Amino acid sequence: MTVTTPIAKTVDARGLSCPLPIVKTALAIKEIGSGDLLEVLATDPGSTKDFTAWSTTTGHQLVESSVDGKVFRYVVRKK
Amino acid sequence: MDARLSLVLFSGTDDKLNAAAVLTAGAAAIGRPVHLFLQYWALDAFRADRIADDHGVAPEAGPEGQHAVTALRAAGQAPWHETMRQAKELGEVEIQACSLSMDLLHITEADLDPLVDGVEGVTAFWLAAGDGQVVFI
Repeated sequence: MTVTTPIAKTVDARGLSCPLPIVKTALAIKEIGSGDLLEVLATDPGSTKDFTAWSTTTGHQLVESSVDGKVFRYVVRKK
Repeated sequence: MDARLSLVLFSGTDDKLNAAAVLTAGAAAIGRPVHLFLQYWALDAFRADRIADDHGVAPEAGPEGQHAVTALRAAGQAPWHETMRQAKELGEVEIQACSLSMDLLHITEADLDPLVDGVEGVTAFWLAAGDGQVVFI
């Protein structure tokens, strides 16, 4: 699924190992408003399961989870 | 999820401290309060003047493990104390020094890195842990 709503903020977590992509995401989501979109780029191969678990637990909606080569892209809508 | 997680940090090697920092940051990211209790060699590693030093790895790592840890650090992996700092910024993370270990190592509160919130005895630790999970590293 491709998201066309503008991205409010991007977290570049490429090159960071677990759990920093999630840590930086959890910090960044505090800075955007409810309903806003947060984009995260990561290279940590474990991040896909982590993002699914994190969004399930926190209630934020994971609206995109994709991979392009070695880069994972996640888009989260703040609850 | 708000189930409290209590971690007892005993080992003072960088690999074990990193494992503890990763668990702490992950728990903080999903909103679980974390209480860390620093004992013995882990407490020693939190001295303000030594926190950034090379604390080595656990004996079971062997030369290959040592090499792997060094390579990861050279590749730019955040040091464990930086991950701890981010975890504290992110969620409810409290770091307490064990008072017995303070005596043992002749450490005063002024010697400790600002990451450490205070000093407590084991009774206070168990009281804070309540019925929650306790992990010993």
